[in-house]
Amino acid sequence: MNSFLYKITIGLFTCLALPFAVQAQLFGEPVKGDFLIQSAELYTVTNGILEADLLIRDGKIAAIGEDIDPGDAEVINAAGKRVYPGFIDAGTRLGLSEISSVSMTTDFNEQGNLTPYAQALTAINPNSIPIPVTRLGGVTTVLSAPSGGILPGTAAAIHLFGYTPDQMYAGKKAVILVFPTSARTSRWDRRSAERRQEDYENRMKKLNDFWEEAERYYEIREKGQNEHKKLASYEALLPVFRGEKQLFVEVNRAADILKALEWLEKKELDVVLTGVAEGWRVTDEIGETGYPVIAGPVLQTPSRSYDRYDRPYANPSAMHEAGIQVAIRTNEMENVRNLPFNAGFAASYGLGVERALEAITIVPAQILGLDDQIGSLEVGKLANLFIADGDPFEPRTQIERVFIRGWDIPMESRHTQLYDQFIDRVPGAQLED
Amino acid sequence: MKNPTTAILLTTLVSLMSFQFLTAQVDFRSGDVLITGGNLLTVTNGDMEETDLLILDGKIAEIGTSLTAPDGVPTLDATGKYIMPGIVDAHSHIGLDAVNEATNPMTPEVAIADVINPFDIALYHALAGGVTVSHAMHGSANVIGGQNQTIKHRYGAMLPSDLIMEDARRTVKFALGENPIRVHGEGYNTVPNTRMGVETVIRQGFDNALAYREAWKEFYRKKEEGIVAAPPRYNQRKEVLLEILDGDILIHCHSYRADEIYMLMNVCRDYGIEEIIFQHVNEGFKVAPELAEFGAMASVFSDWWAFKFEVYYSTAYNTTILAQNDVITSVNSDSRALIRHLYLEAAKAQRYGQLSDNQTLELITINPAIQLGIDDRVGSLETGKDGDVVIFSGHPLSIYSIPEYTFVDGIMYFNRSEDPSDMRLVTDPEEEFESYMKLKSGRGDHDCLH
Repeated sequence: MNSFLYKITIGLFTCLALPFAVQAQLFGEPVKGDFLIQSAELYTVTNGILEADLLIRDGKIAAIGEDIDPGDAEVINAAGKRVYPGFIDAGTRLGLSEISSVSMTTDFNEQGNLTPYAQALTAINPNSIPIPVTRLGGVTTVLSAPSGGILPGTAAAIHLFGYTPDQMYAGKKAVILVFPTSARTSRWDRRSAERRQEDYENRMKKLNDFWEEAERYYEIREKGQNEHKKLASYEALLPVFRGEKQLFVEVNRAADILKALEWLEKKELDVVLTGVAEGWRVTDEIGETGYPVIAGPVLQTPSRSYDRYDRPYANPSAMHEAGIQVAIRTNEMENVRNLPFNAGFAASYGLGVERALEAITIVPAQILGLDDQIGSLEVGKLANLFIADGDPFEPRTQIERVFIRGWDIPMESRHTQLYDQFIDRVPGAQLED
Repeated sequence: MKNPTTAILLTTLVSLMSFQFLTAQVDFRSGDVLITGGNLLTVTNGDMEETDLLILDGKIAEIGTSLTAPDGVPTLDATGKYIMPGIVDAHSHIGLDAVNEATNPMTPEVAIADVINPFDIALYHALAGGVTVSHAMHGSANVIGGQNQTIKHRYGAMLPSDLIMEDARRTVKFALGENPIRVHGEGYNTVPNTRMGVETVIRQGFDNALAYREAWKEFYRKKEEGIVAAPPRYNQRKEVLLEILDGDILIHCHSYRADEIYMLMNVCRDYGIEEIIFQHVNEGFKVAPELAEFGAMASVFSDWWAFKFEVYYSTAYNTTILAQNDVITSVNSDSRALIRHLYLEAAKAQRYGQLSDNQTLELITINPAIQLGIDDRVGSLETGKDGDVVIFSGHPLSIYSIPEYTFVDGIMYFNRSEDPSDMRLVTDPEEEFESYMKLKSGRGDHDCLH
């Protein structure tokens, strides 16, 4: 077949087949390729703002500079646009829950209080509908964590593209500890103060007993004994004792933060504090430990009715000023896309735009130990980035293209698809029109 | 409030302290103020740069340049700042001691006006976010819930009645779908257990009310003819249903799915009800042409979805699709957290659908005001309207702008630079850290069941 006819035939075939292809799948195909983003403002995070080209090759940022030769790469003219490293939310339940009120669709809370073996990565649904909704907002990597109980499980960092958990896995896991508290757990917690104190003491005892047993188990296992009698709960903590895995400690009330610090003091562990709603009350004490903090959500109400109305907005700033390394999280599932708005409020209430940007890019990458791969626009890092028509903290800004590990992500989600289908609905109110 | 006597005692004590702060602001608490040099976002009459706004006796008296303050009227320099009308939240539950009378699928006889709690700190938090008026709603447990109450955030007032917004239209809560089905069908094994049952409850309620009216007519007819007859038993529930049928009380209906929204419009047509406002209305975008044709209005979440099955097929572009179909649309909070940044929630309609600045501001000002029947009083900067204004450090749709002052009736209720942190009117000796192993932001407080 001569080449002209061949093209015509292929063209015709494509035209005929395309509608079926579109119907057959939920979202468009991501494309892996080489891309040269030209003439954009690069918000590198670690090297300031550069007016330069950026080359994506083999899933990584291959070059940053002026007049880069595109070679075979697809050229994207991004004059007047901005490029940012993909945002990182180091505290979510993305992929572990589909519809919050339908228990059979939620997988973040295993039966029992001491289940550190529960692996988030096992239950993350790569085809979860909220994932595309999230990445279209510029969030490209999240930590997805189990919650509830005392040791609810092991969280996993994932990139927001892939068809299996392993394709998505970003290479970091952390064991979650929800530090016991005698505070009310919600506005509807009707337990008396005495009852809460009792429950708290019970929980502390459970935690301490379990921890002691796990330490003993660790000592035995380190001696090479008991290889054939593995106990999942204790096994899950071995990498924490060995310093190979981080312990994320969820704690919010000031008094609880202090208790947690005391509890952690004698243990030589790689600790990250999460939540930390009242961190501003005990900045010095947290600062002395050197523990990093993943704070948030920022967009929440003050924890006490007598606190200044903007305390939650200013909390990241207060901790940052005390020298604490602070990342910002949403603690969300379906609305992780609000991460830049949480950061934007922190920016406005003391943290400043640059620090706030760091708090959802390079800082969480550093805390997770993934800063050699993500968190900034640097040569050699993964091509997790997005192109926007302005400041991504501003609600009016449009995120135009998203790349995850060099994959050109289709700008589609349930939300955009329903928009496309219904913005000019046919038929309108009258079937005949 | 557990113990009213203790509460009142505490109130008296603490209010003495609080009022020290409030009276320290004596200059701006007279109801008269001249705000000079700000950028006015009037909403109904375009934007006006470097313009003065004079409020006298709690009402906007004049808008113009080079205005001078009458004798004794204080001046506030707002050069470089942005001034917009007080934000109106068409769906909230702050300032209340109770929300759901979840004991019958139909309870229109109960009224939120009876449970207003003027001491709720959330009222102050709302003011700090520029919200001056909210629609305090009954919850969504019942198909036909209680009567709602539009309130003004006159924080510091000791009497519940001082918060009530005079002349606001009366409204009632309806609720469709999962919530009334869960509470009554699943909870009490009674109708409704399906969306079919929900429709039946409404139609049967209306029919019973009409029959009740007929019975009274019959009684009066007989009376005129001199026939001795027993009057029908007075029924407050049916009396309120008749007021709804007569259009004296507006329906604000909790709803999510397109089918149930469409159902209620058909019911309204059948009973001659011409006005209806759908709340939440996550699938409103699917029947936007029908909503527009009916003249129904919509009050939506900016981006909440997937927290229950009936909102799984949602889109954050809902606001835009409704607005572009000429459905009068507002963005509401339904939350103690979100009411503090309703301007951000509205601005998300620019991320998801690129509404213009003015269209976006309408979502939290004039449109909710229309939906509450108070657009002659608030919702825009116009001469004669209430002196409810917010002064922002920058354009309110920018994430970097901060509300700095909030006025209600020309009285300054929030001043960021002099916020004393503790703004409680009462103290609770048992209070301690409130939260918050709360799994989520925003929906931590599900008063109304959502």
